[in-house]
Amino acid sequence: MRRLQQQAATLSRRSFIAASAAVAGSLTIGFRSAAAQDAVVDATNPLQAYLRISPDHTVTVLSAHMEGGQGIYSGLATLIAEELDADWEQMSVQGASGNPEFYGNKAMGGEFQLTGGSTAMVSSWQRYREAGAIARHMLVEAAARQWGVAAEEIRIDRGVVSHSTGREGRFGDFVADAADLPIPAEVSLKPREEWNYIGNDEVRRRDTVAKTRGQQDYTIDVQLPGMLTAVLKRPPRFGGKVAGFDAEPVKAMPGVVDVVETPRGVAVVAKSYWEALKGRDALSVEWDESDAEKRGTAELMAMYKDAAVNGEGVAVHGVGDATRAMDDAEKTLDADFEFPFLAHAAMEPLNAVARFQDGQLEIWAGHQMPDQYQSVAADIMGIDAEQVILHVMMTGGFFGRRAAPDSDVIVEVASIVKAMGEGVPVRVQWSREDDMHGGKYRPMYVHKVQAGIDADGNPLAWSHHVVGQSIMAGTPFEAVLSTDGIDATSVEGVDDMPYSVPNFAVRLTTTDVNVPVLWWRSVGHTHTAFVVETVVDDLARMAGRDPVEFRRELLREHPRHLGVLNLVAEKAGWGKPAAAGIHRGIAVHRSFGSYVAQVAEIRLRDDGTWKAERVVCAVDCGIAVNPDTIRAQMEGGIGFALAGIVHGEISLTDGRVDQDNYDGYRVLRMNEMPAVEVHIVESDESPTGVGEPGVPPLGPALSNALTAATGVRKRVLPLGNQL
Amino acid sequence: MIKLVINGESRDVDVAPDTPLLWVIRDHLQMTGTKFGCGRAQCGACTVYLNGSPTRSCVLPVSAAQNAEITTIEGISGGAAEAIQKAWTELDVPQCGYCQSGQIMAAAALLEQNPSPSDADIDTAMTGNICRCATYVRIRKAIHKAADDLRSDANA
Repeated sequence: MRRLQQQAATLSRRSFIAASAAVAGSLTIGFRSAAAQDAVVDATNPLQAYLRISPDHTVTVLSAHMEGGQGIYSGLATLIAEELDADWEQMSVQGASGNPEFYGNKAMGGEFQLTGGSTAMVSSWQRYREAGAIARHMLVEAAARQWGVAAEEIRIDRGVVSHSTGREGRFGDFVADAADLPIPAEVSLKPREEWNYIGNDEVRRRDTVAKTRGQQDYTIDVQLPGMLTAVLKRPPRFGGKVAGFDAEPVKAMPGVVDVVETPRGVAVVAKSYWEALKGRDALSVEWDESDAEKRGTAELMAMYKDAAVNGEGVAVHGVGDATRAMDDAEKTLDADFEFPFLAHAAMEPLNAVARFQDGQLEIWAGHQMPDQYQSVAADIMGIDAEQVILHVMMTGGFFGRRAAPDSDVIVEVASIVKAMGEGVPVRVQWSREDDMHGGKYRPMYVHKVQAGIDADGNPLAWSHHVVGQSIMAGTPFEAVLSTDGIDATSVEGVDDMPYSVPNFAVRLTTTDVNVPVLWWRSVGHTHTAFVVETVVDDLARMAGRDPVEFRRELLREHPRHLGVLNLVAEKAGWGKPAAAGIHRGIAVHRSFGSYVAQVAEIRLRDDGTWKAERVVCAVDCGIAVNPDTIRAQMEGGIGFALAGIVHGEISLTDGRVDQDNYDGYRVLRMNEMPAVEVHIVESDESPTGVGEPGVPPLGPALSNALTAATGVRKRVLPLGNQL
Repeated sequence: MIKLVINGESRDVDVAPDTPLLWVIRDHLQMTGTKFGCGRAQCGACTVYLNGSPTRSCVLPVSAAQNAEITTIEGISGGAAEAIQKAWTELDVPQCGYCQSGQIMAAAALLEQNPSPSDADIDTAMTGNICRCATYVRIRKAIHKAADDLRSDANA
């Protein structure tokens, strides 16, 4: 039986009533975050997390997942509205936190709350539908009692509760009574043929209207009475520490209130951002750089390339004997790849707002990992974690950057608030330069691959060495995800590649570099898919085979890979002549449980540049909960990937980051965006992620098109747009 | 004291004259629809109109905005702006939404100038506005749709 139902069945009626009464006549299904706004709610009540229905009929979904553009708020509203038979216009969503028992990420074991890994829908597909169904059951029961009719005779249609006798009401009319009813031990979920919202292409995001009128509040927009703004001077090299600073001249500057040392740098706290920024410009700090990283990316790359050739690495995966079989190969390929550091560069630079008052710390921010941030902030303040209330804000893009295991901006804001004392709200705001210089990059990697085909053109041997930093090492995730020193995120997409090669060996060398690294939209797949899918293309060419035919043969045992491959080939007109001047490339990759294939079409231009003109994309992510959001995530993933493949590079000279802003670190702009066509595979499988899986195939599809056009394979990224 | 006219209203602000208009709007006037993205006129998130022309408020000293008509996302109106906002809503253009105030300001200004923009016109007008979610496919489509809607309204 489902966990939620078990918990529901064991609930005491008394605790539910107490909880519901606490939110003044509302029906509360699974709610504890109310503590932040309303009153004390029984945290042990398992059905207190997911939704609230108010007397004014508003259905508020409490989201276990942060929204930063990926569409999960509307996704969860879809699930609840479906089971409740609500009207779409009465749905509202807000972020929730502080209750890992219910907001825990079920795709990651359920112990802690985390938005990431394209897991939100996987994690919440079942529990939010169940919450909606439970609420519906209780509303129907309440209406049945009020009207003195049988519950089975009551209908709900688009938020209207009715009975054949002509009685009619809306949800808010029944919430007070419903709150006194027992929670059903069993609820059944709607079968697919009764869905109105799930899979409905007409469903529009709930946040679009506010976002087109400048009315959506992000962390940067939080306004509290008396709030101050802090900007920090951080070490110019990673690993540097504050050795000394002279606060006095800065404190005398207009608007500057204080200068505060934190574990991450020196903060200038002022009445406005501009005054804080000018204060920081004037602040001189001495740094202790004895432990700082002083190498540049040129030295690091030389070291990585040496390790790829001469290092043993750790065996990650092996079948057959790749070394011996290589000697028997008819033809072999040597392919060396270089991938740079990449910055997330989300549009809303990192920030957080906090206030310490009456023994409680509140923090407003894009909390991708709220439980972690809550406990880190509590430690800094010296208070219990329960006294830290996190407000999960709408976030101006994240791409992984707001899940920082060292809790960077949270440490900053909590340290400053502690120094400023009770009742002084503070906003920490990073500049764009802070963001570019701030580390947490997609790691640099070198891949060294040797692969061979037999006389029939079939892959015979594949030897693969990955060199780069671990994302997990030194973080709280190390114990969970690393075994034998192997960080799964360094090799995901290679060690589990679908192509069957009888002799296959993957090795990993994890480098020791003091540049902070982090997950960047699709994580390891950002580089592994590029390598695997370009090597496969090269093998097809060596074998004299069509790249689609070649993959089809190798993917015989992988129906979902084949499904997207065949669909994209058909929709792109693979095998038929392309328009004059257009060259095509294809790639297919599975990541985060979803399967995506893309055909990239490029045009070579007379001025010696090339441009991606069109990308055709096929995606199999199981049941398509919000088809239009899936399309949006594929479009966006393609644009995000394209920027990284063509332009993206963070470089360091003597340990200092060379790029400052969007001029040095180029991201995609309108004139470079290709047309995108997305096709979604019909499926009855449970839904899987869409935030990241659109990213990995783009790079190799593009590279394969370039190689088809020029006969040259570039394996040093970024590719640039020069031929 | 610096005198500003924002969205038709006169406002007096007590700030240093070199303060960028963006931070006056956000920190002093508490109008938060206009966003901070880069501080160097590289991303367009802070776009406002100065006497009707799209302007990067993050690099414009507030002293240079005196005596000008300033319009922010909160104050846009008229056929082009409304057609753009409607098309944005129908096509669900925004993802994170953070850059969209700036995108809409730029797009509405384009339509005011050019009621039938080509793809190349859109590239020229919109390439200064970064969307890190890369909603560009829908921005382009929505601009064309708004232009079509305006034309059919005019013919109706």
